[in-house]
Amino acid sequence: MEDEQTRVSDQRFSEKPATRLARKDILGIQEMSASEISLILDTAESFKEVSTREIKKVPTLRGKTVINLFYEASTRTRTSFEIAAKRLSADTINISTSTSSVVKGETLIDTAKNLEAMNPDCIIIRHSASGAPHLLARLMRVPVINAGDGAHEHPTQALLDLFTVREKKGRLAGLNVAIVGDILHSRVARSNIYGFTKMGAGVHLAGPRTMMPAEVEKLGVRWHSNLREVIPQADVIMMLRIQLERQGSGFFPTLREYSRFFGLNLEVLKEAKAEVLIMHPGPMNRGVEISPEVADGPFSVILDQVTNGVAVRMALLYLLVGGERETNRSSV
Amino acid sequence: MSLLIKDVRVLDPASGIDGQMDVLVEGSKIAEIRPGIPESKVGWIPPKGEPKDPAHFSGEVIDGAGKVLVPGLIDMHCHLREPGFEYKENIESGSKAGAAGGYTSLVCMANTLPVNDTRAVTEYILRQARERALTNIFPVGAVTKELKGESLAEIGELKEAGVVALSDDGKPLMNASLLRRALEYASSFGLTIISHCEDLNLVGQGVMNEGFVSTTLGLRGIPNAAEEVMVLRDITLAELTGAPLHIAHVSTAGSVRAIREAKARRVKVTAETAPHYFTLTDEAVGGFDPNTKMNPPLRMAKDVAAVIAGLKDGTLDAIATDHAPQTAIEKDVEFEYAANGIIGLETALPLTLKLVHEGHLTLMEAVEKLTLKPARILGLSKGELKVGADADLTLIDLNRRQTIEVSKFKSKSRNSPFQGWELKGFAVLTLVAGRIVHRVPGLS
Repeated sequence: MEDEQTRVSDQRFSEKPATRLARKDILGIQEMSASEISLILDTAESFKEVSTREIKKVPTLRGKTVINLFYEASTRTRTSFEIAAKRLSADTINISTSTSSVVKGETLIDTAKNLEAMNPDCIIIRHSASGAPHLLARLMRVPVINAGDGAHEHPTQALLDLFTVREKKGRLAGLNVAIVGDILHSRVARSNIYGFTKMGAGVHLAGPRTMMPAEVEKLGVRWHSNLREVIPQADVIMMLRIQLERQGSGFFPTLREYSRFFGLNLEVLKEAKAEVLIMHPGPMNRGVEISPEVADGPFSVILDQVTNGVAVRMALLYLLVGGERETNRSSV
Repeated sequence: MSLLIKDVRVLDPASGIDGQMDVLVEGSKIAEIRPGIPESKVGWIPPKGEPKDPAHFSGEVIDGAGKVLVPGLIDMHCHLREPGFEYKENIESGSKAGAAGGYTSLVCMANTLPVNDTRAVTEYILRQARERALTNIFPVGAVTKELKGESLAEIGELKEAGVVALSDDGKPLMNASLLRRALEYASSFGLTIISHCEDLNLVGQGVMNEGFVSTTLGLRGIPNAAEEVMVLRDITLAELTGAPLHIAHVSTAGSVRAIREAKARRVKVTAETAPHYFTLTDEAVGGFDPNTKMNPPLRMAKDVAAVIAGLKDGTLDAIATDHAPQTAIEKDVEFEYAANGIIGLETALPLTLKLVHEGHLTLMEAVEKLTLKPARILGLSKGELKVGADADLTLIDLNRRQTIEVSKFKSKSRNSPFQGWELKGFAVLTLVAGRIVHRVPGLS
């Protein structure tokens, strides 16, 4: 951590714009600067083209080993990271461990030490405990990328969301972004709140009070208890997944009622701007937080998010692991 | 063995003495307290009827100039982990940690394995204490069998065996009716109940204070109300029963307010807090350091301010450590999975003196909360610096600076968030019944 801080401050003193990431790990958006975010998005742009080629592969990370260490179920994120690494010609290994094994099994620290002993070049970790990637990053010399930790952060999701909005709208500054649903338990929401506000967008939250974290407005956002309050001015509406098991634990009475007051359907959408973007980090509960007509409708960029996820993750792997650092992007 | 501490500032909250004088210890007792005790009094313990002989010389004169001599510190709330969790701490190591921190008496909680809910366990603890401890050890018995909150432990017999109070500490007594009966029954045996105030439903799966920091860290929060509703409930039950109630580890502004109001109504309630609750806020959790995880959790700045105000105005009677040793096995894991607890015996005095250095408390007030008040709450004949009393004494150098280095702790565990802190004011000499149990190098 000390190294990282030193390097970050060194970078701050150099007046040149960032041309590479001055950090070892990607743990969260909270600690990232707007210029770092821009660098990642710019780099992702140049990588997006790779996925449209007939041979979707560049040699950038040939000979590098990327480990996907997933302590929590994931299809989209794990696949996206794996495809990103493979398109950069890295070797990838997937380790899926059920969280319950932490009770009896190997500790995260021991796992980290064992992985380190096999000389990987990057570890991507998803974990149900907030801060687990930070523990790993402290112990490992190689870059650690947080693929989602508890309710803390999901930085690559936020980056791909930022990328998608920037691609569609041509800018981020000045936009109005509505994030709707279970903010309390959502790492996607936290990372996106940091990301959009850092890039100059305004963020509005909508959802029942039970699902708003304490003092959330200190993050520079506004909370609305009524979904309809945020729809008319929103340039982007991001619907969050409702964990079905929250039903009956006091956060909301029933899915039916949740859907009625906080679900996005065509009727609610009537009040939205003509060019509104509808986003969802997936996996969706169709008919709960989002109606199928909206999810599949003309304003939805939900599948663009998935497509862009690969480009953003390629950019991150490149920036953290790529070449000997001096590797020029034109070599892509 | 006799010992003369010369030219020392003697401070005794019971008598209000605060003056420069000498203190003579003979055997296990305090023999004299006055200015100008001649050094010739030291070292000679002539057997009756025999003339003085150098062979009988055994004693020492210590220069107390620039230092403060106070009654030996009493920690009314610690976890010594024996029996059952000796790999974390045992009575011997805990007492060494205590002695190093200036403590002469430790009151150890009942959440051992087996739980201290029977005479046999109490007797075992007291035997270990006699054979191995450097300090006095006073066990607390369980209120309910196995701390399950279901049925009362054999409280009368625990009292006979030597417990000084009752507590299910570590767990709240969620059943209000049972607590009511426990208060009534325990008071018939002259025992105070020490209440761990925590509403488990409000805590839920929380792992840190609920607030802006938990929001940014994505950790589930524990609201202040989880403590406060139980403090209010317990005060109400103390009022109903007329029995004495002591509230452990107060951490929130609302608890302080509730206790202050109860005391104004003359409810028989006393309370303690711990140094981490007046020193740290939940901001300390920022790096996901499991050594900042304890129960109750570190709160916010307004709570810290209220706890300090509560200490100042007497709402909070005592400062206890809640010394809770945990090893790397419990702590070197993801924050959410880490066990609660921090150790405190070797940092409590300097952290308390920090309040004095910063002008929040007078030295007399601070010492009272570390000595006399715990003794009075528990009915211990300790905590006073007077002729004839046990020579449990702590010599403090208010200006001694030390950097906290957990690897040098006497405790078996290392779970302190104060690693690397430079603090001022440490115990340089600790006496238990006249015996030197801690002495910093170079003290003469």
